Amino acid sequence: MFREIIINPGRDKNNQQEPYEKICIPCSSTVSIVGPTGSGKTSFINDIELIAKGDTDTERKIEFILNSGEVFVSSNLTKDKPVVLITQNTKCISDLIVSEFISIHARSRGNINKDIVEQCLNLANQFTGEKIERDYHITSLSGGQTRSLLIADAILISDSPILILDEIENAGINKALIMDLIKKGKKMVFFVTHDPVVALNTDVRIIMKNGAIQKLLTKTETEKILHEKLKKIDNYYSELREKIRNGLSISSDLPYEKILSGEECQV
Amino acid sequence: MKLVLVAGPPSVGKTTIIKRIIEKMSHENICYFKIDVAKANEDEILRKEYNIKTNKAYSGDLCPDHTSVVIMKDVIEWAEQNDASLLIVESAGLCLRCSPYLTQGVGVGIVSCTSGIHAPEKMGPMLSLADVIITTRTDLVSQAEKEIMSQKLYELYKNTLILETNALQGYSLQKLNEVIKQSEEIDINKVELKGNPPVGTCTICIGKKNVGWKNHYGIVRQMSKNFTGFIYRGD
Repeated sequence: MFREIIINPGRDKNNQQEPYEKICIPCSSTVSIVGPTGSGKTSFINDIELIAKGDTDTERKIEFILNSGEVFVSSNLTKDKPVVLITQNTKCISDLIVSEFISIHARSRGNINKDIVEQCLNLANQFTGEKIERDYHITSLSGGQTRSLLIADAILISDSPILILDEIENAGINKALIMDLIKKGKKMVFFVTHDPVVALNTDVRIIMKNGAIQKLLTKTETEKILHEKLKKIDNYYSELREKIRNGLSISSDLPYEKILSGEECQV
Repeated sequence: MKLVLVAGPPSVGKTTIIKRIIEKMSHENICYFKIDVAKANEDEILRKEYNIKTNKAYSGDLCPDHTSVVIMKDVIEWAEQNDASLLIVESAGLCLRCSPYLTQGVGVGIVSCTSGIHAPEKMGPMLSLADVIITTRTDLVSQAEKEIMSQKLYELYKNTLILETNALQGYSLQKLNEVIKQSEEIDINKVELKGNPPVGTCTICIGKKNVGWKNHYGIVRQMSKNFTGFIYRGD
């Protein structure tokens, strides 16, 4: 649907113009947004979600370029929204049960698939350790359950060409599986992250500082190799976490040699 | 002079939305008027922050929207005397039976995303008669929940412009400013209340405290057997 995203400079926290003329990112890329807390990552993703027209605090202008070369004009209707944003917010206020929540949201996004509730639940339950049932109240779900449900919802219901995930590493859910699934979905994905495994997973990194986009880095060959190794360490780490969460004792020492030689390591 | 009437339950972000309007409309000569029941300091805050003419009225034992109807002409005259090009009136609508919107000017109804999913149905004329509905605090809920709220509003009020905002930053209020700019100048001699006000002339209104319809006269109704329907609907 979209060919590329164009970001026109806004202003940083000191009201200075951002240090670039125009950033164009092809929609076939995955992007990570990195920078210290308070550097403007959340404001930036809000700009993308709203397709800012210079009307936000940052004064950035974001343009989505259609395959035809024209600039996309938003209709204000939820069902036509091209962006899905999964914030760090896992608080739900609506007192609805899970199946109602999913079906009302599917309706708002114009999704008419009859089996959507079942599919969404099945996917969410692959991400989280604690099973979600269709008649659970949304308000009583744990942080990880809500996040898993919202990500499944984003992948299946919203089915928008652009997906923004704000710190998926935080909720203790299966991020490797999520990243794999998303890559298969051929969406343009923005990851706001502090996690090197997530950041090095993407083609492009946007560096934020003092409310401004500082620079844009493309993944180097060295980083590609490093990322492959990091993934293995990360898998080891996830496995370790799962075992500890499930109350097991760990009997083997850290497999230094395997980690260093880049082999698969098991706990 | 253009007129904007902002209504919504307490603490949904009415004043914050008004601040964002004032900031974007700084080239206009703005007057602000607040109608509240017992206590309001928004007029002082806005006067200090933006150096604009402000004023307020307390409705006391009267319903704030009733007050708004009674004094609105005076308010418009006050703003005109101050050469205002834009008058913003904020009302603390309380019982949700009526709305302060007029046949002229822009009526803005505000509902918070954190009010829960059933709030839009309960707010009646405050939303159904609004020209623009704004959902605030979108940063405090997930995108899915925000969209569910908007969907509910859209299903209920199909022909009304619905905007979502995080009023702290004032996201997506540009559209509201456009609506205000395009609105027509008001004519003080032709201004009327948009909706039908509820009737409040009964023995309860004049202070009789006895419980039960047999103890009252004026507008009294017996609760129907199946507890459905309105007690009184202008019949």
